[in-house]
Amino acid sequence: MSKEPVAVVGIGQTKHVAARRDVSIAGLVREAARRALDDAELTWADIEAVVIGKAPDFFEGVMMPELYLADALGAVGKPMMRVHTAGSVGGSTALVAASLIAGRVHGTVLTLAFEKQSESNAMWGLSLPIPFQQPLLAGAGGFFAPHVRAYMRRSGAPDTVGSLVAYKNRRNALKNPYAHLHEHDITLEKVQASPMLWDPIRYSETCPSSDGAVAMVLTDRAGAARAPRPAAWMHGGAMRSEPTLFAGKDSVSPRAGRDCAADVYRQAGIADPRREIDAVEMYVPFSWYEPMWLENLGFADVGEGWKLTESGVTELDGDLPVDMSGGVLSTNPIGASGMIRFAEAALQVRGLAGEHQVEGARRVLGHAYGGGSQFFSMWLVGAEPPTS
Amino acid sequence: MSAVLKAPVTVEFPFTRSLGPVQSAFLTGLRERVVLGVRTGDGRTLVPPVEYDPVTAEEIRDVVEVAPTGTVTTWAWNHAPRRGQPLAGPFAWVLVRLDGADTALLHALDAPGPDAVHTGMRVRVRWAEERTGAITDIACFEPYDGEAGQLTGGTGEFENPVGGIVAPARLDYTYSPGRAQTAYINALADRRTVGERCPSCRKVYVPPRGACPTCGVATEERVEVGPGGTVTTFCIVNIKAKNLDIEVPYVYAHIALDGADLALHGRIGGIPYDQVRMGLRVEPVWTEGGRYPDHYRPTGEPDGDYDMYKELL
Repeated sequence: MSKEPVAVVGIGQTKHVAARRDVSIAGLVREAARRALDDAELTWADIEAVVIGKAPDFFEGVMMPELYLADALGAVGKPMMRVHTAGSVGGSTALVAASLIAGRVHGTVLTLAFEKQSESNAMWGLSLPIPFQQPLLAGAGGFFAPHVRAYMRRSGAPDTVGSLVAYKNRRNALKNPYAHLHEHDITLEKVQASPMLWDPIRYSETCPSSDGAVAMVLTDRAGAARAPRPAAWMHGGAMRSEPTLFAGKDSVSPRAGRDCAADVYRQAGIADPRREIDAVEMYVPFSWYEPMWLENLGFADVGEGWKLTESGVTELDGDLPVDMSGGVLSTNPIGASGMIRFAEAALQVRGLAGEHQVEGARRVLGHAYGGGSQFFSMWLVGAEPPTS
Repeated sequence: MSAVLKAPVTVEFPFTRSLGPVQSAFLTGLRERVVLGVRTGDGRTLVPPVEYDPVTAEEIRDVVEVAPTGTVTTWAWNHAPRRGQPLAGPFAWVLVRLDGADTALLHALDAPGPDAVHTGMRVRVRWAEERTGAITDIACFEPYDGEAGQLTGGTGEFENPVGGIVAPARLDYTYSPGRAQTAYINALADRRTVGERCPSCRKVYVPPRGACPTCGVATEERVEVGPGGTVTTFCIVNIKAKNLDIEVPYVYAHIALDGADLALHGRIGGIPYDQVRMGLRVEPVWTEGGRYPDHYRPTGEPDGDYDMYKELL
């Protein structure tokens, strides 16, 4: 028996900001969930199950969101579960929710992800002291910067490419009312003059710390037929994992990412992603990850990803727009960031992305990664239902 | 075989929490010696209050006062209080349904012993001397024989409402790095770097993990590597970390020790930070009593060839 097609019929986000002191965590997730229900014109009673994701527990000290948030999310008397996969969690949470529809376990599922970085400290959470180990590193930037240098060496990319990505994404964010950073006076010169934090990564090439939540209502064919607005249809979805460090690991282009993308393309019948996919919401927390993931996801040959960035292909009006919403570089409630990519991909094929809409976007990839480039989750959504 | 290392580790952080309207009203009320709950659509009063109806999921904002007296609905005796608990001596954990409420609040009851506690007993709030807008503004409950407490009759709204709290979290663990890393750490004390070779893929892991993550088999064969190695990639850290006593800028590098099949991470010294490069040949620098090489410094050998280390980035 074939799988039930999965449709996204409701999407809600909070306005992402540095600190939402006016709401509790319950109030924050509620806001996103309420907006997703409103988009789908559904009520709490229409939801059969809730799947939630958030950042690793130490990041904000909430160990059991599924317990604390059940009443805020109308989950009483329904299945509610939590998904963990570090920074990719938003993507894998959506995929777990989608599997409940695809497997015909439920007809309509609410999925959401959140983080209040203002009430936590991710840098501390990533640098816990461990006995007998030499303390060396502080935060994610120092971990990823050597991989960026390795990419630059391998590809021969000019060292300005990272600044081009940051400049593009911050300008895209100006068209997205939900984005955290709205730098109206951004210039390429300002990006290139910003302080070097973890050389080769500059301040303006890093993501902000955000408070925010995102929610989606996923449903089956019957639910999509009742939906008041166009649905986004899932054409493929996959997750892959590998260890953070192992002999032979390719940290620049991890095999788990390549395999994950290949699985999604196989499900969606995509032979040439560069030609057949219209746009990508990619998880780029440090600007250089755009050219790196362009290669990892099969949009460019090895060593060639930076040429797409440099030639303007990934601009909002380019041939393959990347991070139309402004991306993680403009908005980073870590636990929610992966699902924001998935939701923004769905908004594009629904034609509901507003000012950052890519004209005629029919097939868009949502991508997330997490941990030490060890968890990958992706989905490809389309404007039409899958044919197979 | 030497004993496996162990050490205590404490993870501690003062998380903050924004309260939102309902918890703000509740904690501000406690500061003013007033207990507030919320009324649901079907007329029940929930204390402690919640923001969303547990049955209908509707938003609740109807704040109501309840009495500072109530009835114990169940309890458990705590023989040996731990740090941070409400009372220093033995006490009862109690669920108290306050007069006017339909649900029970968890707190501590100050009682001489378990024989003095029973379900159905009457209790009242003992307020803390200093109140800040926190659950600890109720110091504890105490046995009480009188009438139900009086309501203040106020609106439940006060000047300077509490908007947020600090919620300190602390976890105490006993950490053990395990057999393989214990051997690695003990060898470092003799200024030797010892990894383990996978019997299946023959890769040498440094530090060793006791198992090969690719083949999924135990590793036992010990292999000394280094002391020399090659910088495979690096970054220059310009941010001073609060918990790290290293002057910036410094170079954080991936170093493939000779004979190892993946790079370990270390700091490069003895060379200006802006002259460090991929391929630089380095060796460890030990300090008296140090458990690890303090840093790695250039050996002066010619740089390693990229093709020799490109799989070890």
